[in-house]
Formats: sequence, C-alpha cells, structure tokens
Amino acid sequence: MIINSQNLTHKKLNEKIRSAVKSGINRIELKNVNGQRYIASGLKADVNIKIYGTAGNDLGSFMSGPEINVFGNAQDCVANTMDAGKIVVHGSVGDILGYGMRGGKVFIKDDAGYRAGIHIKSYKEMVPVIVIGGSVHDFFAEYMAGGIIILLGLDRNKKIAGNFIGTGMHGGTIYIRGKVETYQLGKEVSTVKFEETDNELIKKYLAEFCSSFNLDYRKIATQKFTKLKALHHRPYGTIYAY
Amino acid sequence: MESSASVLCKSSVSVQCIRKANMKKSLLFPDFTVTRDPDKCIQCEVCVRQCAFDAHSFDKEANKIETDNSKCVSCLRCATMCPTGAITVSEHQQNIKKNKNWTEKQLKELYKQSETGGILLTGMGTDKDYKIIWDHILLDAAQVTNPSIDPLREPMELRTYLGAKPDRIEFRVQSSEFRGQNKKLRTTNYELQTKLPPQLKLETPILFSAMSYGAISLNTMRALARAADECGIFYNTGEGGLPKELYKYGKNTIVQVASGRFGVDSDYLDVAAAVEIKVGQGAKPGIGGHLPGEKVTEEISQTRMIPTGTDALSPAPHHDIYSIEDLSQLIYSIKEATGYKKPLSVKVAAVHNIAAIASGIVRAGADIVAIDGLRGGTGAAPTRIRDNVGIPIELAISAVDSRLREEGIRNRASIIAAGGFRNSADVVKAIALGADAVYIGTAALVAMGCHLCQKCYTGKCNWGIATQDPYLVKRLNPEIAARRLVNLIKAWSHEIKEIMGGMGINAVESLRGNRLRLRGFDLHENELKILDIKPAGESM
Repeated sequence: MIINSQNLTHKKLNEKIRSAVKSGINRIELKNVNGQRYIASGLKADVNIKIYGTAGNDLGSFMSGPEINVFGNAQDCVANTMDAGKIVVHGSVGDILGYGMRGGKVFIKDDAGYRAGIHIKSYKEMVPVIVIGGSVHDFFAEYMAGGIIILLGLDRNKKIAGNFIGTGMHGGTIYIRGKVETYQLGKEVSTVKFEETDNELIKKYLAEFCSSFNLDYRKIATQKFTKLKALHHRPYGTIYAY
Repeated sequence: MESSASVLCKSSVSVQCIRKANMKKSLLFPDFTVTRDPDKCIQCEVCVRQCAFDAHSFDKEANKIETDNSKCVSCLRCATMCPTGAITVSEHQQNIKKNKNWTEKQLKELYKQSETGGILLTGMGTDKDYKIIWDHILLDAAQVTNPSIDPLREPMELRTYLGAKPDRIEFRVQSSEFRGQNKKLRTTNYELQTKLPPQLKLETPILFSAMSYGAISLNTMRALARAADECGIFYNTGEGGLPKELYKYGKNTIVQVASGRFGVDSDYLDVAAAVEIKVGQGAKPGIGGHLPGEKVTEEISQTRMIPTGTDALSPAPHHDIYSIEDLSQLIYSIKEATGYKKPLSVKVAAVHNIAAIASGIVRAGADIVAIDGLRGGTGAAPTRIRDNVGIPIELAISAVDSRLREEGIRNRASIIAAGGFRNSADVVKAIALGADAVYIGTAALVAMGCHLCQKCYTGKCNWGIATQDPYLVKRLNPEIAARRLVNLIKAWSHEIKEIMGGMGINAVESLRGNRLRLRGFDLHENELKILDIKPAGESM
C-alpha cells in the first residue's frame, strides 16, 4: 500500500498507517514524507514500512515490532523508548538517537548527532542494538545501562566521535571501529580487552548492517575494534553519606 | 604519680593505635534512646527480629537483649510490635550546649559529612520549620443569610473530572410532541455535539501520588492499586514501571514516563488510564531520580531493565526536553502512541517561575498539570535540596490558577496539587485556591503504617513499605493496608462534604477557585496578594 504523505499532518498520516495495519496490510510505502513527526509511534504490529523523504522527530517512538526503512534522513529522537522492531536509516539522523531504547535494532548508514544511544537498557533476552556507520557527536552512549552500540566511522575524514563518550554508563557494551583517545572518554568508562565472543558478536551485526546498505563487509571488518565498558557497577555509589 | 594517658604516650606504637582509633571513633552521638522496662521485657526477641537496622541484638553470653542506641531510627516498629509494651523510644538527651544557630542537627550533619565526605541523603518531605500557610487560611461557613447544607441528608457532589475541557460546547436540541392521557406533552432531547477530550473520572478529588516500584515494595503498590480501585480514584506508578500482575488495575492507574524511561513500553502505555510525564518533584526540584543500588533487586532490575545492584539513574533533565516545544513533542509522541484516548499529565515541582511554566505546559498540550510543592515527599533526596528548593504548594496553586485564568486557558487543563497534604481541610483549601484535585503520598504511607523515620533511601524500612527486602516486604499485608487507605479516603471525603455543607456548597465544582470563601490569618500582605484572598475580618 502506498500513502502519499504530502500535506498530511502527523495525526492524519499516523491514522492512515494505523487503519492500514488494522485492515491487515503488512507492507506500507510512505511517499513524499517531509518531516512529519511520530511516524509509527507506539505502533505494535508486524509491518514493513518504507519511508521516502525525511522522517521527522520521534520516528518509531515507543514502537514495538515494525520494520522501518528510511530512504533519506531522519531527525531527532529516532527510536525513542523503542521496544522491539527495526529501524534502518539510509542517511543520517539528528540528536538523541534511541533514547531509553529497550529492544530491537537501529541501523544508521551515516552520522548521528549528540547523545546517541542515551540511556539504552537491557534485560536478559531484550538487548537493543544500535549500529552507526558514520560518526557521532558528544555524549555518545550517555547513561548507558545495557545493550550494544557499534560505531563504525566509515568516513575516515571525520572524527569518529566527540567527547564524553559513555558518561554515566553503568551497563552494556560499546564497540568503536578503530581508536578513540582517552580524553574523549567519560570518567565512568574504560577500554577493556577484546575477546573471541566480541568478534562473533560484531561479525553478526556487521554482516546484517552491510547487507542492509549493500556495503562491502570484508573491507569494514578488517580494522580492529575498541571495546568500552563501564568502570563501575555503581558510578555514583560512593558520593552519598548514609 | 603518672596518669594512664602519659604511660601510653611513652610507647610510639600505642600512640599510633590511639590515633588510628581516634580517626575511626565517630563524633556522632545517637538521635534516640531506647528504654527497655526490665519488669515488662520477657526476652522474646521480637524486637531483635523486627529491627532491620540491627539496633537490638541478643547477647548469648550475658543471656540478655542489648540495644545500640546509635542504630535506632525511631521508626517505632519494635515499640509497636513488643507484646508487653516494654520498649519506649525517646529523643536522646545529650547536654549539647544550646545554640540557636549551631543546633544539634547542624552539628550532627557536620560530623557525618566530615566522617564520610558524602552528600547527605534523606527520605520523605522536608521537616524544616517553614511556615505552613494552610494553617493560616481559614474557611468560611454559612450563617443566617445563606443556608448551610446537611450533607448527611442532602446530596453532595464530590465527583471530579480531570482533563482538558472544551472552550465551548454545542448541543443538538430535538423537541418532540406526543399525546399524553388528556393533553399533548412535549419532550426535549439534548445531544452533545462537541467531542469531549478524554477525562479521568474521580469519585472524590484525591489521588495517590507517584511512588515508584523500587522506592516502595510490591505489596505497597498492591495496596494503593486496590484502594484506588475501590474508591474510584487513581494511583500513580511513579517512574519505576508496572509489574504485570497490577495490569488488572489499569483503569485506576496513572503511569509515569520519566527521564530514565524505566519500564515504559507499549503495554504500559496501553493499560493505563492516563500517562504522566515526570519533569520534577517537590522534594528535589532540578534533581533527577536516584534509586540506590541497595534497592535494585532482581525484580526491580527486570521492570527497569538495568543491572541488579546498580543505582537507577533518572537524570534531572529529559535529554529530549530542553524547551516548551520539546515538551510538546514528547506529549504528542505519547498521545500518538496512545491514540489520543488518554489524558496526559505533566508533573513539575513548584519553583519560583511556576505560573509561566504551567502556562507553557498547558500550551504544549498537557491535559493535566500536576504541581508538587516544597513539602513533597521522596524515597531518596539530597537533604540540602529537599530542605531548601522550591516554593510552598499553597502559593503555587493560586499563582498558577490566576495565571491560567488571566490567559484564558484555565479550561484547557486540570490542576493537581501535591506536596504535604495532611488532612481534608488542606484539600478543601487547595481546591478553593484553584486546584482540581490533590495528590497524597505521605498521608497514604502513614495510613499504611509509615512512621516518618525518613530512612526510605536505606531500603531497610521496617514497616515493609519502602523496601525490596523480601523478609521486610511481607510485613505489609496488602489487604489490610488497602483497607486502611480506603478508610482514609472515605473519612476525608465525608469531612470534605461536611465542610462544604457548612459553607452552603453542594458540589465540589462550586468550591473550585472559590477564593472568596477563604480568609488569611496572620499572613503577610504579599502572601495575601499572591494567594488572592482577603484577610480575616474583611467582609465580602
């Protein structure tokens, strides 16, 4: 089913998507998307949505299940508190990618803004995964409590990440292709030893990422990764007088 | 003759030992003294088992129960449970030199900080001696010129609807004639044409304030949920998620979305009657939530999706909200996710600029503005923040209500006031000042057994309320606690009806914003101006 999004408010657009899903349609194409917010917000369904144009803020927020492909860029707060499903952006995204994400996957072909992967969390089999092909700004993976974030930095002309990486982090794992300087790290994280299981994990998600964007897996996989973990289980456990 | 001290000084090893010991020796002295009446004590060790702070212990060698006063927090659990009433807890009498400036409390806090280097933590609302404006506001009653109403025999309306009200309503009027027995009769039907925004229907203008799973135990949540269901009111999950077994109380549940996004998924949003974005709370304006790792057990780890034993960090700002426009974005993100079927509340702390903030919140699209005042409670907050930040709820209510009226947008959102409501008279005064309903937290906890020892942040609540320790949690029977809560709501509702009846008012709608029926007593002129009430003695 094709929906022409031109001149549709976010409310109308979402209504059309919801009624399509309700009638059992599982493939939807949104044409001429021009910054409409909240696309597929809270949508709980097994549906494939292709977005042509620029997706607005809060794409797929609170979403549980759908697979979304954006052929263009997306704005801020993509995958805000997303529960399950997959978002693939064939371009760049704005700030606060994956805020409080609880599950599912987000693949960004190019860059993400500030505070990408903030507060992502996990429990047992619910492990959110974010893979970013380009670079990120400051406060990458802030307050990270769980899940996996992989940063590739494919455009080597750009600095791969800003400063304060993993500030407030107390769970989960960050993989960065290549190196970051110690001064770029938040004081709650450190580089840890790379293990065989890490290789398998990266291989799995990298292969999926590359096939999403038709990238050459072998070319990307050759470079070594830096693994970052939280230094402490309770970064602020000692600042209080009991 | 040599004193023992100088003998010790001759040995350098001993001096070191003494120095070391001195460093470890705390300068703090106990807050409380526990007295045990030896005639009454039967050495049954109930007190030993009841105290999670280990104040009581059984000395096997001496074959008697010992008490360490320094560990007592005066939660009175032992004194209450002692079968023979042998235990009394009193303030510790230490003859510290009286000083109005450097009080015993100040000294103790300095000792504690110099020994730990830590930020002082505390629980519940501030205990500081600020003027309580409620106690300086007097209610009116009807005499001679207008009749009072007897609420026991006449209908009194406490039902309250929370949510945005339309600017205007349109009806379709349909008249029809039909033949009666002897004459023509005429009926008129009115049909509402305006689509009303979603509303929360309360049988009485009281809700249970946000308290999170993690800060409070599951049994406490069960009690709040059951009581809300039975009273036709609402409880609020706080920001710690909602255990699946409580989904059945969804129609009486307000769920919170806070900066940590704990437990927020589509089921959580779906099951609730309303969603509240938590921006701030009265006990710690400008400070994020911080559930100490001691309380993050396996169950809490599951609902919050963070590792067990870590501190659950809810940062002060939502990092997707840096402006009113951003707040609007989150409001509509949630409204889209819930199909515009539920009222959306935004909770903020009462701070200096609260009127303008509330106006922004309403314009951002919120259906309810919840305002938490200076005395709002908490499970854990830095003492300095709790005791020094924010403004009293009394002033905030009238400032916000006045501002929204001036701007002509008062109908667009309901106001819930929170922060230290102690009794039904406070509730009546709050509504007369302009609130639609009130949140009660501390009063509800006290109804369930809380004794305000302010140690919630330790996770050792002996009353089974603010703890996750399974041994302590089972002390609170959710059925009994729910019964006590229902009794409280019932009693307050009756009292509200009595007060309203005395004023000659038979519907809470007519009380709302009715500041003419309030008088200030012993209040400063500026306070009267902000409250927009007249001084006692001045007539209508």
